[in-house]
Amino acid sequence: MTATLLDIRKLSVDIARGRRALRVVNDVSLTVEPGEAVGLVGESGSGKSMTAFAVMNLFPSPLARVAAGQVVLNGQDLTSLPADALRRVRGAQVGMVFQDPTSYLDPLMPVGRQIAEPLRAHGRTDGIDARVLELLDLMELPQAVAVARKYPHELSGGMRQRILIAAALAMKPALLIADEPTTALDVTVQAGILKLLTKLRRELQLGILLITHDLAVVAETCQRVNVMYAGQIIEADAVGPLFKAPRHPYTQGLLASILSPASRAHSLFSIPGGVPIAGQWPSGCRFHPRCPIARPGVCDVLAPELVARGSGADRCHLGGEAVAADAWRTEARSGTRP
Amino acid sequence: MTAFILRRLLHAVPLLLAVVVLNFLLIAFTPGDPITLLVGDFPAPPEYLAQMRREYGLDQPLWVQLLRYLGKVAVGDFGFSFANQQPVAALIFDRLGATLELTLTALLFASVVGIAFGVIAARSASARRHGVADSVIQGAASAGYAVPDFWLGQILILVFAIGLGWLPSQGNAPVRGSAPGWAGWVAHLPYLVLPAFALSLRYLTLITRITRAAMLEVMGADYILAARARGASEWTVLVVHALRNAAAPVLAVIGYNVGFVLAGSALIEAVFAWPGIGRLLFESISKRDYPVMLAILLMVSATVVIANLVTDIVHRMIDPRIERA
Amino acid sequence: MNVAATVGTPFQRAPFLKLLLRKGSTWAALAFIAALVLAAVLAPWVVAHDPLRGGNDALLAPLAAGHWLGTDDLGRDVWARVVFGARISLTIGIASALFAVVVGVVIGALAGYFGGWIDALLMRVAEFFQTLPRFVVALIVIALFGTSVLKMIVVIAAISWPQLARVVRASVATLAQSQFVDAARVAGMGHAAIIAREILPNAAAPIIVLGSLDIAMAILIEASLSFFGLGDANHVSWGAMLNDAQQYLRSAWWMSVFPGLAIALTVLAFNLLGDALNDALNPRGAAR
Repeated sequence: MTATLLDIRKLSVDIARGRRALRVVNDVSLTVEPGEAVGLVGESGSGKSMTAFAVMNLFPSPLARVAAGQVVLNGQDLTSLPADALRRVRGAQVGMVFQDPTSYLDPLMPVGRQIAEPLRAHGRTDGIDARVLELLDLMELPQAVAVARKYPHELSGGMRQRILIAAALAMKPALLIADEPTTALDVTVQAGILKLLTKLRRELQLGILLITHDLAVVAETCQRVNVMYAGQIIEADAVGPLFKAPRHPYTQGLLASILSPASRAHSLFSIPGGVPIAGQWPSGCRFHPRCPIARPGVCDVLAPELVARGSGADRCHLGGEAVAADAWRTEARSGTRP
Repeated sequence: MTAFILRRLLHAVPLLLAVVVLNFLLIAFTPGDPITLLVGDFPAPPEYLAQMRREYGLDQPLWVQLLRYLGKVAVGDFGFSFANQQPVAALIFDRLGATLELTLTALLFASVVGIAFGVIAARSASARRHGVADSVIQGAASAGYAVPDFWLGQILILVFAIGLGWLPSQGNAPVRGSAPGWAGWVAHLPYLVLPAFALSLRYLTLITRITRAAMLEVMGADYILAARARGASEWTVLVVHALRNAAAPVLAVIGYNVGFVLAGSALIEAVFAWPGIGRLLFESISKRDYPVMLAILLMVSATVVIANLVTDIVHRMIDPRIERA
Repeated sequence: MNVAATVGTPFQRAPFLKLLLRKGSTWAALAFIAALVLAAVLAPWVVAHDPLRGGNDALLAPLAAGHWLGTDDLGRDVWARVVFGARISLTIGIASALFAVVVGVVIGALAGYFGGWIDALLMRVAEFFQTLPRFVVALIVIALFGTSVLKMIVVIAAISWPQLARVVRASVATLAQSQFVDAARVAGMGHAAIIAREILPNAAAPIIVLGSLDIAMAILIEASLSFFGLGDANHVSWGAMLNDAQQYLRSAWWMSVFPGLAIALTVLAFNLLGDALNDALNPRGAAR
């Protein structure tokens, strides 16, 4: 059995706010096997992007930092590495693709040079041009030579995203982290990118950690999925079982909002209420104010643990009970919601 | 691109013309007899004055005089300096080299050091909330900007020339005359140090300030994060990505403030007795040598207009995004 | 009917003062300016000697009896001359900045409000003035037309107004599009009233900041002009003192150090004030 590619163990990320720190990622654990695509799903504010940035310890804000836990990549704990050792890992063993390809490309540099950047940064001196063209072909971009010379603003959104992916894969890393890779793209272009990611995963045995708010993307691309809410993982499972029988009320709500009207609700469904503001988490279970089956005295007091159930795990006090199997059905609500 | 250049050139021409006209108007409307203006305070026989009057067309209507003036300027005839008994153009030309040496050195020094400090300050500010290096550099820049350059020159002389005796304080060459060729050139370099530094300081602080601001804005950009995610070294991130993207406003400030340095050179040359155009200006003011004063004004203004033009063009060349007007 | 009452003006007293006085350096700058103004106004009572009258004690070093900053080459008390020099610097600095503000605001407001050919023409003129190298022009104009305090004020104001005008024009042009201006127009307010009472109070912030920075620049230019010998000889000026000092650098360093320090500190104080005002009035304020 091959070793786990990425093992995130009890990761916590803090953001400095004045003199205190806000814990936006709380005790998160997940794994990615080689050649496997794992989804990390959540709404904005759930902490999913922060988890992704924590892998490379590269946050957009200087106020964020890894507060606890370990990130083990190919057996090596990245959190204990000094700065220059970490730099050698970035781009070489793990690549990252971001949400908006426009702002993540240097506007003043031809894209070919940007793809070549990880090659140069890690000491490679010859065959660079050939490799760049090879990558552009892999990304299914026609006229590779001409494209390599162009500036980002001369390319379309979909092409720019492929450039970002090419740059991330230049050094043949085993892991690719994709933070909302299709969110900023047109729907028609999204499908192309997702197909490309699947192809790359198969051909290169590439492990992918896919962060997204869109369950449909996960369904199409991933083998396993973790659902995040308010900084915690509240459910994890293989894609099939999760979509067929989601256990946590939040997951059920998310699925209900995207499944076709014919199968579930008769009208558009959305989970009432809003995501809690970081730092103002509800007591006990963080989802309880919005939960249709929240049990007073239990869910508003005790914080639930992640419990293994069946092929996955979930974080719900009522996890094993029958009422939890379909929390949003009107009959399930016994009028005891707070 | 060429269309843009032509358009800017076209824009610059009326400006240059306006400068020349302004010069002329200053001559025409200064209180007193215009001939006195041209001749200065020198005793001249009345027949000569009458001849000058005819020659300069002062008996003609104003617009004719203006045209004659324009004609003269176009061929480089800036009149005659009675104080120095030389044509003004030759006088200026003689001193041009010294001033160019001083101002170009100051410009170069200020740009390189200013940008370096700006980058360091920006890096310090973005790495942690209140970086020490950042605060120090910003404070020094504020203080430096407030110091009058001519006073700085005097202080430098007091400390380095008189106090420590390390560097000379006056002129640009040893009094005994300099050896020809390479040795002579090297021997005169110590003379350049203090005046160039004094001239460059305020300009330097401006450049530091704009570099820091532009870099901070750029360093928060997403593509900087992406470059780091690819394993790019700190140097690559700072210089190849950040600085290049921040270059546009920095170059704009460098280019549009050239007039600053030119003006400062007048004061610095006076303090250090540097034999350049600034010192010539100083002397001509005290001697009331009007043709020289006005010619210098014209030259300096024209230089600034051209510097602005060049800056515009370079600015446009740097950013490939702005193709059209 | 005061439509302006419905729109927030930039001066909500309490938060403005708090933001303004956030940094220690601002306190120091304000204290220095206050002390300077006080000293300038009360000059005859603050000094022990006549700044214009020399005596037999020429070139005394600092901490000499009765002359704590020493005397110059003509025996004049340096401290007295520095204090009296403040009068000229502050007068010319503040007056020319004020003058430049008035001219700049009027021209900028007209250009921004009416737009069209008025805008194009006025901004061309402003651009032309901005292109001219400020100090050299001031130098030559004063040299040609003679010097006096008033002439210096006028000349310095003439080279400072374009920058203000352009900023004012930009603010006014944006504000002129707002709804409260339309409301005022519908209510029958004339152009002048609209500009004066509705638009300008909201555009005040950059004017105040630039005004403070212009005072600093004006003081520097006045000092430079005086250094060149173009100051008003009837008054004591820091720049002129530095001119005197030039010949005596070897024998009397105090002739250069004290007036120059005065210039530097004053310019620094007004610059810091301008920066602090910018921080306090700028809606993006707190971000460094």
